[in-house]
Amino acid sequence: MKLKLPSWGLLVILLAAGVLIQLAIQLEVINAYWALVLTYMCIAVLSSLGLGIIYGFSGQFSLGHAAFMGLGAYTAALITRYAGVAPWSFAVALVGGMLLAGGVAWLVGLPILRLRSDYLGIATLGFGIIVRVLFENSDKLIPATAGARGMTGIEQPQFVFLWAFLLLLGAVLVARNLRFSSPGRALLSIREDETAANLMGIDVVRYKTIAFVLGCSFAGLAGGLYAHTFLFLHPSNFDFIKSFDPLLIVVLGGLGSITGTIVAGTAWVAVLEGLRLVLPSNILEWRYVIYPVLLIAMMLTRPQGLFGTSEAGVLVPKEETPPAPALETEVTADGAHP
Amino acid sequence: MAPILEIVRLSKHFGGLKAVSDFDLTLNEGDLQGLIGPNGAGKTTVFNLVTGVYPVTAGDILFEGHSICGQEPWMINQRGIARTFQNIRLFPNLSVLDNVRVACHAHGGYSTLEAIARLGRFRSHEQAITERARSLLAVFNLLGRQNEIAKNLPYGEQRRVEIARALAANPKVLLLDEPAAGMNPSEVGSLMELIHFIRDRFKLTILLIEHQMRVVMGICEQITVMDFGQVIARGKPEEIQNNPKVIEAYLGRGVSYRTAQ
Repeated sequence: MKLKLPSWGLLVILLAAGVLIQLAIQLEVINAYWALVLTYMCIAVLSSLGLGIIYGFSGQFSLGHAAFMGLGAYTAALITRYAGVAPWSFAVALVGGMLLAGGVAWLVGLPILRLRSDYLGIATLGFGIIVRVLFENSDKLIPATAGARGMTGIEQPQFVFLWAFLLLLGAVLVARNLRFSSPGRALLSIREDETAANLMGIDVVRYKTIAFVLGCSFAGLAGGLYAHTFLFLHPSNFDFIKSFDPLLIVVLGGLGSITGTIVAGTAWVAVLEGLRLVLPSNILEWRYVIYPVLLIAMMLTRPQGLFGTSEAGVLVPKEETPPAPALETEVTADGAHP
Repeated sequence: MAPILEIVRLSKHFGGLKAVSDFDLTLNEGDLQGLIGPNGAGKTTVFNLVTGVYPVTAGDILFEGHSICGQEPWMINQRGIARTFQNIRLFPNLSVLDNVRVACHAHGGYSTLEAIARLGRFRSHEQAITERARSLLAVFNLLGRQNEIAKNLPYGEQRRVEIARALAANPKVLLLDEPAAGMNPSEVGSLMELIHFIRDRFKLTILLIEHQMRVVMGICEQITVMDFGQVIARGKPEEIQNNPKVIEAYLGRGVSYRTAQ
């Protein structure tokens, strides 16, 4: 057999890397600012993977991703406010945020996932605006969220980076296992041609719902991590404008590519923060000019995104590409159609 | 024996346009029938009605004795009616193998949760799906193409992938919408053999729409001719060829005009 790193080995290496980085953060080899940046990378990629399932896999255009992230963030922050930030209660808070976002996604999806993708875009846009207004006025119902003033007093759990990193690994695994499976191919077929998929026996509404709920759960989970990384939540953080961040990442990486989402998400955070180092402080805000220019250049030269729909080898299960036979000796109608 | 597919007084109106009216057709198990007619006669609309793409205006469609009117296309497919399309509708960016495996999905036998956790029935059933898809590709001599992206295949091979994909759902009735469109004469010859072959091998009942008279006259046992949404003739190929109504529908009123002089 050829010498190849088994995926378990890779997983162990990644786990070790995560623990090491966390250790470096504890020992302040990596300062608090870069710890934030690294954690945010994980969060951005995690959330984008969710949108990747919705838009990249099943082709449903959603502009409400930030709203679902916000739902997860506020839910998780409220849970830890009362339950504290011990590992178990933090875990409960994250799961709570994830379930709430997923549950709301299911309810929102019930009526609109019967329609074609464009309608979903408009409906989720509206949903995003409603959620923002809801956050702004939420203090009337739950004073702890402080509404438009922004929620403060969120405690920081220990090892946030490690939490984010491990959950990201889990999310990558989930997305990859879904992608290379029969339900995953059903999602891809909906993206490719919804009518044809329907006629080939795919329950289109059901699979669109699965993708939407799962993707929004990822956003909710990312939101919970976000709340406990930045320790401050403001409705504007989850405005529909913020939904464009994961959208850009998914499109840049290549629609439908998990590898692309990981690379583009990491690079996106790195470029935004890296420019902060490179640029003199008086033109710092030019970051928001430079990266759109990069985007335009990218779309002109490589419209299919960095990776197209392809995946890095480690993410592809080995049974996925059965070798083509050397000889075609199978029975055919006859020799007439070679 | 009861017919496998029975279309009774089927009508479809788009606003004031009567695309199909009072259309009748009976398919018995093992039949290989043809549906022909000039452009715009309503042939593809009939396919779209049978497969559930359009809701039916009036009439009924019975599959194995049960009405399938009002059912979703995926339900009808899972019950056993599969089709191909006039303009090829493969999943363009998926591999040839995945195109066929998508259509195996309904009979895949494992849940999304099992797929994500890679537990339970996943491994054995996934393997079964792949094997099934590969054996179908082998029948169509496409096994060597399995990892290629569907849109990169030449036209004739795309047509064969489409038929393989339709068969993956394990249908009892296969509807072929202009399978020979855009093929050269030698490709048409092998297509005709292929259609015969799959009918016997997969025990299918086939209804096909076709413009190439060589195909229709060559393989269909019974032909139904449509014009302006209605059945104008029905019978064996030789009967159809000599039917004045059919000649009129295709070629115009030339003959009767001369007699009127």
